[in-house]
Amino acid sequence: MSNSSNKKSKGKEHKSKTINVDINRDIYDTADDHSPKFIANPGINEQIVRLISNTKQEPEWMLNIRLKAFKLFQKTAIPTWGPDLSELDLNKIIYFIDPNATETNSWDQVPDEIKETFEKLGIPEAEKKALAGVGAQYDSGMVYHNLQKKLKDQGVIFENMDVAIHKYPDLVKKHFMTSCIPVNDHKFVMLHAAVWSGGTFIYIPKNIKVDLPLQAYFRMNGKQGGQFEHTLIIVDEGAELHYIEGCSSPRYQQSSLHAGCVEIFVKEGATMRYTSIENWSRNVYNLNTKRALVNRNAKMIWTNGNMGSQKTMLYPCSILIGENAHSESLGIAFAGNEQDQDTGSKVIHAASNTTSIIKAKSISKDGGISSYRGLVKVTPNAKNIKSNVQCDALLLDDKSVSKTFPAMSINSPTSRVGHEASVSKVSEEQLFYLQSRGLSEEQAIKVIVGGFISPIVKALPLEYAIELNKLIELEVEGM
Amino acid sequence: METTKEIQTLKIKNLHVEVEGKEILHGITLDFESGNVHAIMGPNGSGKSTLANAIMGHPKYKITKGKILFNGQDITNYSVKERADLGLFLSFQYPAEVAGVTISNFLREAINTKREREGQEKLSVIDSYKLLKEKMELLDMDPKFRTRDLNSGFSGGEKKRSEMLQLLLLKPVFAILDETDSGLDVDGIKAVAKAIHIARKDSPMGIILITHYEHFMRELSPDKVTVLCNGKIIQQGSKELAKKIQEKGFNQFVNEQSNN
Ligand SMILES: Nc1ncnc2c1ncn2[C@@H]1O[C@H](COP(=O)(O)OP(=O)(O)O)[C@@H](O)[C@H]1O
Ligand SMILES: [Mg+2]
Repeated sequence: MSNSSNKKSKGKEHKSKTINVDINRDIYDTADDHSPKFIANPGINEQIVRLISNTKQEPEWMLNIRLKAFKLFQKTAIPTWGPDLSELDLNKIIYFIDPNATETNSWDQVPDEIKETFEKLGIPEAEKKALAGVGAQYDSGMVYHNLQKKLKDQGVIFENMDVAIHKYPDLVKKHFMTSCIPVNDHKFVMLHAAVWSGGTFIYIPKNIKVDLPLQAYFRMNGKQGGQFEHTLIIVDEGAELHYIEGCSSPRYQQSSLHAGCVEIFVKEGATMRYTSIENWSRNVYNLNTKRALVNRNAKMIWTNGNMGSQKTMLYPCSILIGENAHSESLGIAFAGNEQDQDTGSKVIHAASNTTSIIKAKSISKDGGISSYRGLVKVTPNAKNIKSNVQCDALLLDDKSVSKTFPAMSINSPTSRVGHEASVSKVSEEQLFYLQSRGLSEEQAIKVIVGGFISPIVKALPLEYAIELNKLIELEVEGM
Repeated sequence: METTKEIQTLKIKNLHVEVEGKEILHGITLDFESGNVHAIMGPNGSGKSTLANAIMGHPKYKITKGKILFNGQDITNYSVKERADLGLFLSFQYPAEVAGVTISNFLREAINTKREREGQEKLSVIDSYKLLKEKMELLDMDPKFRTRDLNSGFSGGEKKRSEMLQLLLLKPVFAILDETDSGLDVDGIKAVAKAIHIARKDSPMGIILITHYEHFMRELSPDKVTVLCNGKIIQQGSKELAKKIQEKGFNQFVNEQSNN
């Protein structure tokens, strides 16, 4: 981190705004001294899988899922169709770290080091101001958890996944890696199923509309740590939820792996909005799987911001299984020096009169690679479907790269599917114009980038819009 | 509240400018003073915009010979931002479009950058809105215009008004108006001229007025006129020459000149 002094002086430019947004990369990239209760040896084997299950005192059925997944994992090759993963050594990853803290629902009881980290990230303030509940994951365990009383009284469940298994076994067993993301989906899903730990379980009962967003902040700590949190969200008939997940992690020399899973069930007539800002540090492989099953008259809206990590493979997917189901996917990816952001979105139209919109924006700088990889699939039985895909790339210099892989598989003649793609460069004329008004070159680029992503940022609640803008600005500054 | 009314100067000495390897300006020498209006006229392609861009420091317009002096200071190699910081301003003939950036957000950034540099407190969103609204009224602009994307899909007249709005907010020492009148109707020209008069009452701005039309000249009554042709100065004069051009019309004036 040779440019740390440079970093500080730039950090000052961002002091004007409040809540959760006054972020300097220094905060993220410093590991704190917190000493974990238990760290497994690097590498994965059946003992580790059993140990995780044992430590959590899991029921037999969950252990069986893990063991089955582990066997599949061993037999399956690493995918080669996307970014190069040959430098990812799965034997050097630590698969389980149990934080030295038990879960609590009072901020005061959270250990100081952890609290300090979260306070830097502004979580308690954010909660007080705008959020209905906050769950924070510190490495593999939940350390802080709270939900407003009103929601609890309505029957809303917002729980650590590890706890949910014991408290709501039927709900979890029915939905956990069964019909949404089956255990055998792909190599990293198998790995996830074998070693998953922590995460969030949410259940919104019928017709309950949660009017404030629920948020969880994930943070990876501990050298070479892997993070495999599982998020399971069930939005029952006619209910509404906006769930927001923010991620950041300290920076380390050796590769860290994040392979989370998000499974969402949007029942008939329900609306689910899932927003995630993933800002992993430079050494992280972010290989994430997110999928929603969307029923009749239901709506699923994905918003994803991806930055920071060395390599990302993330393609949030909506499977529209009921008539009139709708999916929207908005994505922003930022790839800087030596980064490969392979993101996009998938929609499977498996029922008639379903509609989808995909809007993806990527920014590449200093030789970074941003790829849009998407899929629109229409099954033969689905009639009158409409889908529109638009992906725009902005290149900040000549070294940077943008690629597009928009797969379409349409087996229904009544479908209307549109696809538009654009690649633009920051132009000399734009830079000259903005600088002629007294902006520095860096400011001018930030203004142009801010304008480029604004159609997506505008769809976010204010604090997150500001946070995402700040994070992108920090990326533009180049860390 | 200007306390110093000292005259500021911008001097162009024997300027040779090249674009993409081709020399466009062949030795231009000009003196500008704050408080004055200096009209630069000339047929299409004579090098007026090239001169404007070279003065503002566009990297594509290479100064191969000659100097630009601001209050005696050699600024020939200054970056565009450094020139903007000194108080140079160009109202572009073809302003660049920036999608997704609203006029109000951009102008707040520009104003606050200037205020910060000058040791003033930044304007809040509300104060900058008030300031923007006040200046927009001067230019007969609809306040809703502030939410439009910078120069994106603007009509010719909207672009020129937006350039003038920026001039009123940034209060430069020297403003180059590159064909600000083209694209404006008669009322537009009047509104812009009125706004410039008001701005000049606050601070003694120097105006470098690039135009082919007499109308704008009449509104701003230049103190000096320079006529460019093929990258060279072919005529120069004071108020009298300006009057002559205004009376005869620029085209007829140029024709007479070339017949001589
Ligand atoms: N950006 C540019 N690229 C290439 N040629 C240019 C550029 N700008 C100006 N020129 C050339 O320089 C000459 C003068 O143009 P310009 O300065 O735009 O004239 P005016 O503004 O007087 O109409 C023209 O021949 C024009 O083609
Ligand atoms: Mg011109």
